[in-house]
Amino acid sequence: MLERLPILVIGAGMSGITAAVEAAEAGLSVILLEKLPYIGGNAISMNRYFPKMCPPYCGMEINFRRIKDNPLISLMVSTEVSSVFEQDDSFAVELVSAPEYVNSNCTLCGDCVEVCKAEMKDVFNRSMSSKKAIYHPHDLAFPERYVIDDASCLYDRCNACFETCRYDAINLEAKPKETELIVGSIILATGWEGFDPAEVPDYSFGKHPDILTNLMMERISAPNGSTMGKILCHETQKAPKKIAFIHCVGSRDENHLPYCSGVCCSASLKQALHAVEVLPEVEVSLHYIDLRVSGRNEDFLSKIQDHPRIRLIKGKVSKVNTNTNNKELEFVAEDIESGKKLTYDADMLVLATGLIPNQSAVEGLLPKQRSYLDYYSLPDGVKMAGCAIQPMDISASVKSATGASLLGFRRKEE
Amino acid sequence: MSVIDTISVFICSGCEIGTCLDCSGLEKIARENTDVTKVVVHDRLCHEEGLDLIREGILENPGSSVLIAACSPRIKTTEFSFGSEIQLERVNIREQVVYCQPAGEEDTQMMAEDYLRMGMAKLKFTQLPTAFIPEITCMDILVVGGGITGLTSALEGANAGYSVVLIEKEESLGGFLKNLNKTIPNKAPWVKEQKNDIDSTISEVIHHEGIRVITGSKIESIGGQPGDFTVSVSNNDQVVTFKVGSIVAATGWKPYNPNKLEKFGYGSSLDIISNHEAEEAMKNGVLLRRSDGMVPKSVLFVQCAGSRDPDHLPYCSSICCGTSLKQAKIIREQHPETSVFLIYKDIRMPGMLEQYYKEVQKDSRIFLTKGIVEKVVVSEKQLSVEVSESLIDEDISIPVDMVILATGMVPNDSKELNLAYRQGPGLPELKYEFSDSHFICFPYETRRTGIYAAGAMRAPMGISDSQTDARGAVMKAVQLIESVKKGGAVHPRSGDRSYPQLYMQRCTDCKRCTEECPFGMYDETEKGTPLPNPTRCRRCGICMGSCPERIISFEDFSIQSVSAMIKSIYVPDEFEEKPRILAFVCENDAYPAFDMAGMKRLQYSAFIRIIPVRCIGSINKIWISDALSQGFDGIMQIGCKPGDDYQCHFIQGSELTETRGENIQETLQTMMLEPERIRTEFVEINEFDRIPEIINDYIEEIELIGPNPFKEI
Repeated sequence: MLERLPILVIGAGMSGITAAVEAAEAGLSVILLEKLPYIGGNAISMNRYFPKMCPPYCGMEINFRRIKDNPLISLMVSTEVSSVFEQDDSFAVELVSAPEYVNSNCTLCGDCVEVCKAEMKDVFNRSMSSKKAIYHPHDLAFPERYVIDDASCLYDRCNACFETCRYDAINLEAKPKETELIVGSIILATGWEGFDPAEVPDYSFGKHPDILTNLMMERISAPNGSTMGKILCHETQKAPKKIAFIHCVGSRDENHLPYCSGVCCSASLKQALHAVEVLPEVEVSLHYIDLRVSGRNEDFLSKIQDHPRIRLIKGKVSKVNTNTNNKELEFVAEDIESGKKLTYDADMLVLATGLIPNQSAVEGLLPKQRSYLDYYSLPDGVKMAGCAIQPMDISASVKSATGASLLGFRRKEE
Repeated sequence: MSVIDTISVFICSGCEIGTCLDCSGLEKIARENTDVTKVVVHDRLCHEEGLDLIREGILENPGSSVLIAACSPRIKTTEFSFGSEIQLERVNIREQVVYCQPAGEEDTQMMAEDYLRMGMAKLKFTQLPTAFIPEITCMDILVVGGGITGLTSALEGANAGYSVVLIEKEESLGGFLKNLNKTIPNKAPWVKEQKNDIDSTISEVIHHEGIRVITGSKIESIGGQPGDFTVSVSNNDQVVTFKVGSIVAATGWKPYNPNKLEKFGYGSSLDIISNHEAEEAMKNGVLLRRSDGMVPKSVLFVQCAGSRDPDHLPYCSSICCGTSLKQAKIIREQHPETSVFLIYKDIRMPGMLEQYYKEVQKDSRIFLTKGIVEKVVVSEKQLSVEVSESLIDEDISIPVDMVILATGMVPNDSKELNLAYRQGPGLPELKYEFSDSHFICFPYETRRTGIYAAGAMRAPMGISDSQTDARGAVMKAVQLIESVKKGGAVHPRSGDRSYPQLYMQRCTDCKRCTEECPFGMYDETEKGTPLPNPTRCRRCGICMGSCPERIISFEDFSIQSVSAMIKSIYVPDEFEEKPRILAFVCENDAYPAFDMAGMKRLQYSAFIRIIPVRCIGSINKIWISDALSQGFDGIMQIGCKPGDDYQCHFIQGSELTETRGENIQETLQTMMLEPERIRTEFVEINEFDRIPEIINDYIEEIELIGPNPFKEI
């Protein structure tokens, strides 16, 4: 049998993890790279998946076990690609890893957190809560160890974590590390990031604490989120009585994202269903252009259509007003079915922001002038998987990544 | 049955274990066990110096098994791994004792001591698994179906270096795509239809040296098991039989029968046609009225004709929006004077296809309107379409020359596979006859190991999605072969080398195992004797749970090993202070939830003892009666959510505990015990916050009922 060079999988979200475990279980060696200190990508920060309303940890736990059990996978977190050179039938890759302030000696005992003096925003909770500069990223975080945030740590002005750690797990003088590799193929599973709704000023994002993005909504709904799963208005700390969802924020908009982000309709339906489940009084309205919920997920839509406290209103929202007297949010939206423009109010507004494929991670591998999904023009031996290609849901990402991992079997064309 | 004589015990006293527990007490418990030849207490067992001690222990006592009492077995897996030849048991005294119990208490100590005893007892009845490896693993892949999904699978599998047999029931390859004119775009700039290149794909397949194509043939039967399937195929009267290792099922779809759509007038006018008939007409020339051969001046598309309709197809067929937009655009190119109407519920053009939708919208003679088509009225020379809830007006009537019904997709029957399986010839279906299972996280895990459904037979999908799906499915087919060759299981217990072993002399042919296995692992003789096919097995242990004769066990997870764990637990006589609850906990979801509860230092009753199981479906009734006769006051089974949105990784495990409940209640009755002595709870992995409540509530209830009368016997 031919000695095959390993596959480099860039990005360890749902797609990257899948590509890595599927390839490794077929007997291929894989280097799985993640820029963050933990794996699971955006998916692991979700409260539940649609349409089964099940927690992401469930499948992640299985996948993490597959990684732990498989010696063919080398996982490198806090690591990014600095350069790639194509040569003959392989790629020379240079990687740079962030300083390993906390090493694998860490036992997750948590003593360091108690003494840490620096606080910062918790980005896992979309900055809606804070945490210490030495932190455990989230409950199921893998690899299982604490992490020190470079920007917030006080280093030698404090040293408290170092002094308290009984397991020699902390080295505040750690330096970045460079690694060179030769790989046979590359899978780009760089995922996506959320559209910044501040780019649509009419929706007043940032002007009122109860105007949230859909990603923030996930974190205030999740039991391990910023409010331990309690959906509360920021100022009153009371449950909202009316939540409104605005669909297609950024998406299907020539000025922003010219495509449909594919998953936001289902995600909003999911969040609405979760809200009416946990808040027995809340009324929810969804303002949509088209409800794009395809295949068997139609059942999911029917469940919502039948719900007495959820209203689906076809029409675009034109303006959100935060300067109202009674502190509630007001917004103007068309109701296409009645042909009228109406003013609605709500005490929480969720912006269903779109997905932007993250294709910037590997300069040099992608053509500069790209339109999304230009993956036909990738060099031989490089493939994309999941949302790096275009917005897609978990299931589609897994399918895309499983197929992409076939790349590891590639042989030189004679 | 054990081949292991000695145990080396390593107890970690770090991470609060040493301050919360009396480790010398634990050491004493270990030393009381005559199998134990070495006990070490160390305060940083996972560090190099601790690991060195373990490695030394292994060298001193070759063949000895190793017990590590420390943190959860879910963490420090890299550190605590000493090769596949070492029988290792990890006892969780950190997350599930020290982190969730008050320090220094007697009950906390008793809990840790019990877990240590249970670990030692388990090792006594555990062996390193000896994998099942077929004598010859066939490396070939069978692809069933010569449509775009099957063709893509065949090409990708062959390009990966595996031999592929592609079978198609029709005389020629190409499947549904053969009938298509142009296709909607699948690449930038997403605005122009693309040439249908199915012919070049077919030619590539036919000329590929790694692919053998069999057309015009029917599968007579598929028997055997992954790595060693026997396939019989007939062509007219000739039957050929050959072996394959794994299978991609891509049997495709058929259009929904338009004759069922009477309200849209299908059959009452020649000018009411289906989208498939329209496609064919446009592939062969220009679209004309069938009634008089004239150019239609106006054409109306009825979207969701049959789809999203509880009376017909309750699901969305996903492809019809794109197809109709494409056909509308082509009609306008063929007949620039013709107006096109399209009545839709929602236009579903996800992702980049939005740009194609925008392109079609540029044409001012294509009128797209939301509405519900109530009926199509056929009069002499004109059709009239009645639309309600339209955006133009409440109810409108649109006179047109031609109506095209955008009919949906119906999966072909997977029974064409003709599986010679006891549980039936097809792939188990999820809903609406689609062969699917864990479609979110693990979309390739059908309930027939080694047979991977792809394309429109498992969910409505278009060309691009089918191609993507086909690549994934053939990757899984390759992986299956590679796993079988090494004797390892596939998902979710990937790489597991254990498999169920049956002590046939005591089998009573009751058929419970053959019926309950979610993966159809067992065939059976005419008499009903089970015939295991080990490579079909996913190692859940549901058959072990089902067997009333207790003849099914795994080498590292057995009736005996769990019974021994239960018996090793010290059940005090004094109920008032120390009731005991035994909890069987699903190791995939509930067990991590317990760990997370510990990490958050959530406190719960010290009267519970946890035994992790592969699935709560693997719980055998004997364990329950063992525990009850030993004096346990209550028993919990904690697993994943059953039902339509089941979360059980073995699909049916949680559901079975409900159907088996009756049986268990009978046991309770014969023992004259209250039905509340057994409780089943469903916990999601992230519901760690519910753990204390679930445990404490049950303890309270048991305290009300009073002690198990068997305690004193």
